[in-house]
Amino acid sequence: MELVNIFVKSIFVDNMIFAYFLGMCSYLAVSKTVKTAFGLGMAVIFVLLVTVPVNYLLENYVLKEGALVWLNPEYGINGSQTLDLSFLSFIMFIAVVAAIVQLVEMIVEKFLPALYGSLGIFLPLIAVNCSILGGALFMQERQYASIAEATSFALGSGVGWFLAIVAIAAIREKVRYSNVPAPLRGLGITFIITGLMGIAFMSFMGIEL
Amino acid sequence: MSETKKKAPFFGKKEKKLITDPFDDSNPITVQVLGICSALAITVQLKPSVVMTLSVIFVMVFSSFIISVLRNLIPSRVRIIVQLVVVAFLVTVVNEFLKAYQYDVFKQLSVFVGLIITNCIVMGRLEAFALGNKPFPAIIDAFGNALGYGIILIIVSFFRELFGSGKLWGIQVVPDSFYDFGYVNNGLMILPPMALITVGILIWIQRSRNTALIEEN
Repeated sequence: MELVNIFVKSIFVDNMIFAYFLGMCSYLAVSKTVKTAFGLGMAVIFVLLVTVPVNYLLENYVLKEGALVWLNPEYGINGSQTLDLSFLSFIMFIAVVAAIVQLVEMIVEKFLPALYGSLGIFLPLIAVNCSILGGALFMQERQYASIAEATSFALGSGVGWFLAIVAIAAIREKVRYSNVPAPLRGLGITFIITGLMGIAFMSFMGIEL
Repeated sequence: MSETKKKAPFFGKKEKKLITDPFDDSNPITVQVLGICSALAITVQLKPSVVMTLSVIFVMVFSSFIISVLRNLIPSRVRIIVQLVVVAFLVTVVNEFLKAYQYDVFKQLSVFVGLIITNCIVMGRLEAFALGNKPFPAIIDAFGNALGYGIILIIVSFFRELFGSGKLWGIQVVPDSFYDFGYVNNGLMILPPMALITVGILIWIQRSRNTALIEEN
């Protein structure tokens, strides 16, 4: 039940776009048509689903204070040589993200050419998408109890991001036919629409399963 | 600013343009669409925005300098990873510094200090400018862009803090007599969506003045 709760919460309440503005750059740049938005959204779900569990393991078995206890009991939280490597977490997380994105790109290209055709161009973009590193950092901050919870959070955040970008792309396709004031065209109206969508999403606040 | 004054002899028209352009014509947020992620989340109050601006200035200036010095040594295939590592190192320095000296702001910014790493404005300027230019112009460009970014942050947070909680820098500026007359703080301004709408309105104002920036559709 906890897993479902985290999943639903990270889609609707803690939505990456509407509550934290993560991944806004690609959200604004790639939301001109529904088709490309769909591709990027899928790629984000996929990469989040791979990187967050890996970073979770890294955080809990290497970086956290006393996490290296499996190497030597002395390194544990009450040992004589307690190690706290958490100051390295930014560098480690971003290295993991960049490496995994590269790896995923190569694997998908080799074994799933059809998927590569639709996701391929987006994968390199994703290494610098804030929502991926943001996922890892939120996972660290919220201290999920198990890897399953972290994975459920990753899936939920990915789906939330996907929903947001597909929705805005659909709206932008329609907005093209309406008479927007000239200075507001393009970027300006997209910001305001996203804001209004964010207000709509706030009605989910406080939902618990 | 003192840094640029010291080097005044080198400081020609071209360098000045690098600094002033990002304020308006090529503002990183409203025109280049870079670095929006963190810009919006932390603009509820003035103080975190100023701290964030200073952090971004620090990270951008130093990373541009380092990347620009190394630009002929980095193979282009691995340049993204090299850039990420340099930026991540600088952000770690900022993070530890804030943790030590500004703990309350550090708590408020939470993950957004770390997200400077993937802030598109840093990577974008490294890719677009520092990789192809000498260190000095690269520093100037980074400084200008970070300032252009900061200005939007400060404007947005000014209005959000003023209307949202009637304070500026944590000090109440709306007098008590206003509240006695029935003035109420606009709670909506504190919520995340209003950041987007405020930036949308800023873009509207900017483009009404500067019609060259209007998009086709």
